[in-house]
Amino acid sequence: MKTVAQLQEIKEASMSEIALRLGDPALASKTKYKRNVLVYGGTGCTSSHSEAIIDALHTELERHGIADEVKVVRTGCFGLCALGPIMIVYPEGCFYSMVQAEDIPEIVEKHLVGGEIVEKFLYKETVLADGSIKKYNETDFYKKQVRVALRNCGFINPEDINEYIARDGYQALAKCLTELTPKEVVQIVLDSGLRGRGGGGFPTGKKWSFIADGPQKYVVCNADEGDPGAFMDRSVLEGDPHCIIEAMSIAGYAVGADMGYVYVRAEYPIAVTRLQRAIDDARANGLLGKNIFGTDFCFDMEIRLGAGAFVCGEETALMTSIEGNRGEPRPRPPFPAVKGLFGCPTVENNVETFANIPQIILRGAEWFASMGTEKSKGTKVFALGGKIKHTGLVEIPMGITLREISEEIGGGVPNGKAFKAAQTGGPSGGCIPANLMDVAVDYDNLIAMGCMMGSGGLIVMDEDNCMVDMAKFFLEFTVDESCGKCTPCRVGTKRLLEILDKITRGEGTLEDLDKLEELCNYIKSNSLCGLGQTAPNPVLATLKFFRDEYVAHVVDKKCPAGVCKKLVSFVIDQDKCIGCGKCARNCPVNTIVKTDYVAPGHRLPSMKIDTSKCIKCGACIAGCKFDAISKH
Amino acid sequence: MQKKISATPFRGTAEQEAKLQSIIAANKHDKSRLMAVMQQAQDIYGYLPLEVQNIIAEGMEVPLEKVFGVATFYAQFSLTQKGEVHIAVCLGTACYVKGSGTIYDELQSQLGIAGDECTADGKFSLAASRCIGACGLAPVMTVNGEVYGRLQKSDVADILGKYGK
Repeated sequence: MKTVAQLQEIKEASMSEIALRLGDPALASKTKYKRNVLVYGGTGCTSSHSEAIIDALHTELERHGIADEVKVVRTGCFGLCALGPIMIVYPEGCFYSMVQAEDIPEIVEKHLVGGEIVEKFLYKETVLADGSIKKYNETDFYKKQVRVALRNCGFINPEDINEYIARDGYQALAKCLTELTPKEVVQIVLDSGLRGRGGGGFPTGKKWSFIADGPQKYVVCNADEGDPGAFMDRSVLEGDPHCIIEAMSIAGYAVGADMGYVYVRAEYPIAVTRLQRAIDDARANGLLGKNIFGTDFCFDMEIRLGAGAFVCGEETALMTSIEGNRGEPRPRPPFPAVKGLFGCPTVENNVETFANIPQIILRGAEWFASMGTEKSKGTKVFALGGKIKHTGLVEIPMGITLREISEEIGGGVPNGKAFKAAQTGGPSGGCIPANLMDVAVDYDNLIAMGCMMGSGGLIVMDEDNCMVDMAKFFLEFTVDESCGKCTPCRVGTKRLLEILDKITRGEGTLEDLDKLEELCNYIKSNSLCGLGQTAPNPVLATLKFFRDEYVAHVVDKKCPAGVCKKLVSFVIDQDKCIGCGKCARNCPVNTIVKTDYVAPGHRLPSMKIDTSKCIKCGACIAGCKFDAISKH
Repeated sequence: MQKKISATPFRGTAEQEAKLQSIIAANKHDKSRLMAVMQQAQDIYGYLPLEVQNIIAEGMEVPLEKVFGVATFYAQFSLTQKGEVHIAVCLGTACYVKGSGTIYDELQSQLGIAGDECTADGKFSLAASRCIGACGLAPVMTVNGEVYGRLQKSDVADILGKYGK
């Protein structure tokens, strides 16, 4: 492709491929397809065997002789992972959930051949009481969502560059190269108020404007999404890889760089394959390489794989790693904008930040700034996980409350348990307790709560989760992942973990709580990079909001949630126990014995646990059908 | 994170070495590709024993100390051999709150090995993994790359059975 006019031609020719999905009747009449079937092929759905579904679809469509009328598309993640594998049929827009390959013959025969929707396989929320069916985007999970970064995820075939072009792909790059000066591009990004979506929330436009002069500059995309429980970057790369290529090219134009690197986790094989395919296709179409759209602008890019080091998500460590070294962070200043990758000025943003760029260029800074709160503009993608009904990926305007996210979109805590807290920001973040659920979620409010946005992982915890144990879990993670370069982080996090461990064993004292706090503040103010500076956050946040749980561990020697094994004892309610002996048979250490006591109304004597020998494995509770055993 | 170093003798073949040499030749011009070469070497051999690190160091013309430094820094590089069946349990947050710790313990007790170890017959190896991003299916584990989700402790024996335990 050499010119913008050719891009338009491809766009027009490709519109018919996605026409049914757009729901525009004028376009739909031009397409040769009667239906589009979208099967979700992100990591979540692929793990639930969506491949087998696609194979089954092809076989059945062939068998019925309608393979030409129905277009089967494997797309990226559509967010509702809890119900995967998901399949959506257009133009009806009906949403089949938890589809199995065995269900396909029936769906093909009744729906794709016969035109009758197979209600029993539909996502329950889309079926109304009167039997009518609503579109997926009217359900609780989707209706509050505004998809900007995820606009193409789950909508197009990520391996087909033409489908991306049909969705205005590469138009933003064309606009920059032919209508805007680099300075104007930076100004638009600055005016949009976009802030870095990877953690810190630094204004993206400012970052771009700081880039120093020099003969060689680089653009780096941080796709080393290390926060456990966060997978938004993976979903964008899997569902819309061209968008990242376009955005990085725009950044390259804005700052005067001609080379880009994407640093992706090796744990994301599907994302890597699709991104590589997208880079090859873009190159083949002249959208990467020399003299793009016939201008002087040249840009190319390369993927570098991470190798499982959390610290490499920190920008200077990431650059050290791209250079082929141990991924240790470098002191700042000099900042990467002056001396970054290979010692050259470098602009680094994460995947989700980049994913917003093409839309900002096309629709303008004002459009983007109209969403969100005063200082946090636009939308944010959250990965909902943990004890929540609808686990998955959601994109919502900044400023929505945690209650809306967890109760309305997330469907609340399952099994009738009570919401206790939501953890945000992974090992660098804190937690939001139930009484602060109505605070608007944006960068500044979260920081004011001692929390942080982080990359957007949002893990819901219920009454069965112990907050001291959670803090310990995150500290185990950071102790493991500390690179060891600076002492406050290397030694300090280890000491923090030791104190937490002591508390969960019931050997802590009240002085330990003060010591924890003091050490946390020391590590925060003295560590070299973001990993150490934020590592104490889970401890500080749980201490702030759940101090009573710490006190219960220390003073009463109890774990209120019944998680910390050393502090838990198992007790059989002798009046409920019918004496069947199942618990005794399940017990791996033979610590459950018969008593002499026969409860009124029962025939057999009840059982009891010798707590001195009990290893607290919980096998007895799991096996008891009479609710007679409890944890204290 | 301290790494265990393999005690089993190195059994690399000439064919494997030829493959590695061609990878080195293709990447030698750019020293920053050291990690990429090591990743591909690990794909060939399954792990990175000292012998392989030596070949890489000589080929890429970097000190062995640097190769070893990189190998020990990143969790993905293994200095020990993996079993024919490699099991990785996700201990990411979403999986952890849904009880993947219990699954990990159960695997250790059924296989009779600790994490990052291989059974004496070379059949099974076990490791904890970082978040693989399948949080919607938590708790999950992978067996030779295949994902098993929504696990319960009672599923462990069945899954091991499928792989000949």
